[in-house]
Amino acid sequence: MKLPVPASPKFAVWMVMNMAIAGVATYALVAPSTTVARRIFLPGETTHGHYQIELACNQCHQTNGGNDESNASNVMQDACLRCHETDLDTANDTHPASKFNDPVHADLLKTLDAQSCLSCHREHVAERTLAMGLTIPRDYCWHCHQDVAESRVSHEGMRYDSCATTGCHNYHDNRALYEKYLDEHHGEADILDDATLILLTSQQNGDDQTQETQTQVVPDISDADPQIVRQWSSSAHFAAGVNCTQCHQPEAEDSLANHGTTTTAGFGTAWNDHVALDTCRHCHARQSETFLRGKHGMRLAVGLPEMQVAMARLPMRSDAAHRQLNCNSCHAAHVDDVQYAAVDACLGCHNDDHSLAYLDSSHAELWRQERSGDIDAGRGVTCATCHMPRVATGDDTFVNHNQNSVLRPVETMVRDVCQRCHGLEFSLNAVADPELAQTCFDRPPEQTVTSVEMAHEWFEQRRKRQQSRKRSGSR
Amino acid sequence: MSFQSMTIQRIFFAVAGLSAVIVGTLSMTGCGSSEASSSSSGPTITPQQFADGVHAVMMADRTVYATHVVTNLKKQESVVTADEYWQDSDDAIPLPAQMFRMGAELVDENKEAGFTYALRSSWPLNEQHQAKTDLEKKALQYIVENPGDNFYGEEVLGDTNYFVAVYPDRAVAEACWTCHNDHPNRGDDYPEFEKDDVMGGVLVRIPLP
Repeated sequence: MKLPVPASPKFAVWMVMNMAIAGVATYALVAPSTTVARRIFLPGETTHGHYQIELACNQCHQTNGGNDESNASNVMQDACLRCHETDLDTANDTHPASKFNDPVHADLLKTLDAQSCLSCHREHVAERTLAMGLTIPRDYCWHCHQDVAESRVSHEGMRYDSCATTGCHNYHDNRALYEKYLDEHHGEADILDDATLILLTSQQNGDDQTQETQTQVVPDISDADPQIVRQWSSSAHFAAGVNCTQCHQPEAEDSLANHGTTTTAGFGTAWNDHVALDTCRHCHARQSETFLRGKHGMRLAVGLPEMQVAMARLPMRSDAAHRQLNCNSCHAAHVDDVQYAAVDACLGCHNDDHSLAYLDSSHAELWRQERSGDIDAGRGVTCATCHMPRVATGDDTFVNHNQNSVLRPVETMVRDVCQRCHGLEFSLNAVADPELAQTCFDRPPEQTVTSVEMAHEWFEQRRKRQQSRKRSGSR
Repeated sequence: MSFQSMTIQRIFFAVAGLSAVIVGTLSMTGCGSSEASSSSSGPTITPQQFADGVHAVMMADRTVYATHVVTNLKKQESVVTADEYWQDSDDAIPLPAQMFRMGAELVDENKEAGFTYALRSSWPLNEQHQAKTDLEKKALQYIVENPGDNFYGEEVLGDTNYFVAVYPDRAVAEACWTCHNDHPNRGDDYPEFEKDDVMGGVLVRIPLP
């Protein structure tokens, strides 16, 4: 390359351009992770699951004090677990890394290192990324289970890349797919007689802590908006004794608790119109924690500013582009309208075929009937019913605010959601049909996955052999 | 406190005490195969002694669980039963073999443990308990053909040489052989097990320096 002659006009332009490039690069390198300029260092497009936090490089890469660059070799395994371990535990992971600590697997691990998340899930390689962030060919099961037909004759001749087909097997989560479960739910009706969702009472929305923090403080509302006061005074917060300062001046509330007075005057802490998630978390811990694990809250979880609708890769309403994702996005500040949060809030942003088809679906019709009192509570199906399922833990119930927890992959939804109302086979058939998902399940499934029948036949054969042995033994 | 819970409590303390004594003894002697062999001062133990020691603890736990927990529940016609699918069943606890495997998995997670262990059988009801290597197959055959003897050997897996000990796993409680003989997964060539029959082997594997 021929360099410009010093002091010539061309040289000046050349210098300015180089300095500008160097300046932008340097700025991008040291800029906060909120800065879009950092994107120039991304080696490739990130997956659907991680693009929201792609500029927070250090969340996944452990660089040497910031002096070396992020690369595939310094991705931290515990970075994956920090966000995904809870869900893997809940899923009763079928292939935990510890399973392969047995030395007999040493040779298999040379073929496929099943102890590293990165063996199957790499980032920044969009050109070879499949669903669920899978970045190896779909035949990965075959490496270890190629002899499956020896013990499962029914699997003879099956394609080597068909194991993880919807309704058959998952690598991590088989809670609705393991053979005994399939057999036990064989023959169930499409719609169960006792189809009812878990009921949630308003008391169950807040943790017990709500009651503990209840005070007798009379809020200073002389200059408050009367409409806001009206809304608040008919809300669950009012009923639970949660007043203005507990959300808008939480530090003052702490001072009150320490000084035993009944007024906030004189404590000097600033009033904040914007209620932070941490304040909500004080009483709604599980809801907040699960929110942070889902796509709505994952940016907050790693210290980035809130997710903005405009950042979404899914189709969204253009008039919602400016909205940010926090508790108030779905739960209006002073009105506890969970019906709004369960449908209208979702449709206020989401603009894809599945979402748009909901209002014309039979699920939505049930929801309308429930709202008008024509059917019992717990029969209507909202967006939240499927994507933010209610979780019963002993005598307690809460709403899981991680809307991704039942979508990794989609049959994860079957056990916790679909089977509240539908038989297992019907549910697996439905989620196996991508077209049906597009139209928000507007008709019964037409295709049939064979796993339920196969498992049932397998157990039937064994039961018959067992009975035959018993008969011959008693003779 | 009911008799049943008192019994279980005694069993718990007995097993915990035995475990503590053995683990404590091994710790004092610098156990862990590599340390044992490399230490130049103080008492040392061989990989075989180490394997025999941990096996003694395992079998004590396993026998107590099978005999005094699972069998006792059956005798008392308790609503609580040992069930293969205990995680998804009401009033259910793990089968003895599952309890054993869960313990092995916890040891697998502990990188400082210095050994792994597993159940193996020539007639596994669970495919995970099949012999995985040629040495394992040879060991299972040996303990069946030589009643009362343990098998000891070495094998290379990956880049590591391992000391391998395989101990006969006998039918110690009626619940063991009745459940196995009646299991729907058993094949046509499955033996009709009786008390003290060798149903498989307990394998202890220790990496050698």
